[in-house]
Amino acid sequence: MTRLPRWADLVLTPLISLVLAFGLSALVILAIGESPWLALKTMVTGALGSSYGWGYTLYYATNFVFTGLAVAVAYHAGLFNIGGEGQAAMGGLGVALVCLALPWPHWALALPAAMLGGAAFGALWALIPAWLQAKRGSHIVITTIMFNFIAAAALNYLLANVLRPTGSMDPATARFPEGTALPRLTDMAAALGLDWGKATPANVSFLVALAACGLVWLLIWRTRLGYEIRAFGKSERAARYAGISPARITVVAMLISGGLAGLMAINNVMGEAGRLVLNSVEGAGFIGIAVALMGRNHPLGILLAALLFGFLYQGGGELALFTQIPRELIVVIQALVILFTGALDNMVRMLIAPLFARRGGA
Amino acid sequence: MDLATLLQILDSATRLMAPLLLACLAGLWSERAGVFDIGLEGKMLIAAFAAAAVAAVTGSVWAGLAAGIGASLALACVHALAAITFRGNQLISGVAINFLASGLTVLLGQSWFGLGGRTPSLEGAARFAPVTLPGAEALRGVPVIGPLYAEVLSGHTPLVYLALALVPATGWVLYRTRFGLRLRAVGENPASVDTAGVSVVRLRWAAVLIAGVLCGVAGAYLATGLSAGFVKEMTAGRGYIALAALIFANWRPWRALGATFLFGLMEAVANRFPSLELGPITVPSMVMTALPYILTVIILAGFIGRATPPRAGGEPYVKER
Repeated sequence: MTRLPRWADLVLTPLISLVLAFGLSALVILAIGESPWLALKTMVTGALGSSYGWGYTLYYATNFVFTGLAVAVAYHAGLFNIGGEGQAAMGGLGVALVCLALPWPHWALALPAAMLGGAAFGALWALIPAWLQAKRGSHIVITTIMFNFIAAAALNYLLANVLRPTGSMDPATARFPEGTALPRLTDMAAALGLDWGKATPANVSFLVALAACGLVWLLIWRTRLGYEIRAFGKSERAARYAGISPARITVVAMLISGGLAGLMAINNVMGEAGRLVLNSVEGAGFIGIAVALMGRNHPLGILLAALLFGFLYQGGGELALFTQIPRELIVVIQALVILFTGALDNMVRMLIAPLFARRGGA
Repeated sequence: MDLATLLQILDSATRLMAPLLLACLAGLWSERAGVFDIGLEGKMLIAAFAAAAVAAVTGSVWAGLAAGIGASLALACVHALAAITFRGNQLISGVAINFLASGLTVLLGQSWFGLGGRTPSLEGAARFAPVTLPGAEALRGVPVIGPLYAEVLSGHTPLVYLALALVPATGWVLYRTRFGLRLRAVGENPASVDTAGVSVVRLRWAAVLIAGVLCGVAGAYLATGLSAGFVKEMTAGRGYIALAALIFANWRPWRALGATFLFGLMEAVANRFPSLELGPITVPSMVMTALPYILTVIILAGFIGRATPPRAGGEPYVKER
């Protein structure tokens, strides 16, 4: 097979996958008797046509940056962490426990503590599958899937029986104290004299997500640990020969991955809901897989892919409001993106290979 | 707990076991040939939807079954294309299939029936009717065996018996036929099969398609046997429980029967007793829900028994380098 130039592999393959995914989704929309053009227009207007739409798009994108980075860090170590959903749910528990533990005077104090809590719980939830993979050879994909279900059952139990305030019927924690409310992006814009994104949940977590992108880039490509992670991911035997401990890298990479997934909770639990509710993650952990694949496991790519999925998510909600198309269309697009970028990537490469072969021959 | 309750629980465990068993055998076929399949859930889901939709429109449960198998086979083809023909990542392909089914069923269901992703309720010939096994009434008086036969084994839909019959059938084909030997070899050491002049690609495709058919039956049973129609996300993680059962069963057909019955029993107990009281401690139903997954992790960890998956599982076969 023709070897593609690096830029084509990094940029063209995901783009063509995206075009294929959108094309097939358009066919599905046509098949159910709706207009794909109208659907696209509704989504673009709803998600990007106003600062309100942008606010929601950025809010969703923040979630997906965290879960996407989580998948990517594990992926660089050759591990497929499918457990982002459970780790983010556990991160939510960590954030909730921190927020409810003290009458926090100011968000600037509460946020770092909540970040620690969320990351620690997410990381701990990834630790057991990581340890089992490293020491006992249990397949991490299966164990992380199982841990998603165990997390769901555990949170179900805790919210219904332990954390629910007396007298409340809702399986949810009490409201977090006032001091934990994170500043919204709209407040920050107002401070700058701008009228932007009224009544949207986008908050300071978005900036944390941007910082996380930068830190993950530094970690993976500019530190010794990142080098070891990548070496281990490329070839376990070579890494072992170079004196890198497979068990250590597996555990450390999964701790970072789980921690990043857990960090997501500062956005949805602390920033948006202000309490921990049932099923707070809403599939963002799984969208992280699509985001990481689409973004080619690079923080910049992940940021762009997260924005794309934030747009799809917000646009999908608008779609359900204004057309007959249910928001599950987004799940179909997500599935097709995962399929083309992650599983049929060889096919996509074969599709574009002739373009480069001809140029090389001429 | 009196005898009647016990019989009821065993009866409901058998009913709940059937879809798990079918899906577990599907996974067994695929993974024994070296193709991981975490898309069991998605294939069951789309089959459940297609079966319910077609049964609702035609009024025939058999047409529904055929549609369910067809829909599941279509997703199996996608998986085979990605995992075998284009040598893509089998796990990612499975994940994609699960989402594809999850989205498509609601999208199509909403546009066809407008019931928020449900299909109309099925009744009469659009559902599988229970079968009374021969002699069930005559044997009822016999102590122990009689009630077990009449209450637990008899009175299920035909697909339950099909699932049970598929256990020895799978065992026989895999361990007693040439096709089965080659199929297992392809999951352990595909190069050796290739050297013998047998097509690895064709064998793996066959295995994945068989898995597709079995998931189709499992899904059709969910929508037309166990319940009366399709509801959104009705598989509710059964595909993953089947995967867990497969590990529990160490990729062997008879043990798959035992594992899925155990998991069916847990579901039946959780349904019957939302909070189980065992003397001084009360076990909340969430523990029963999580137990299959916890047990699987323990098995995978090798603390009880040892999981030995097919050696070439998950690796695409590259003929020439």
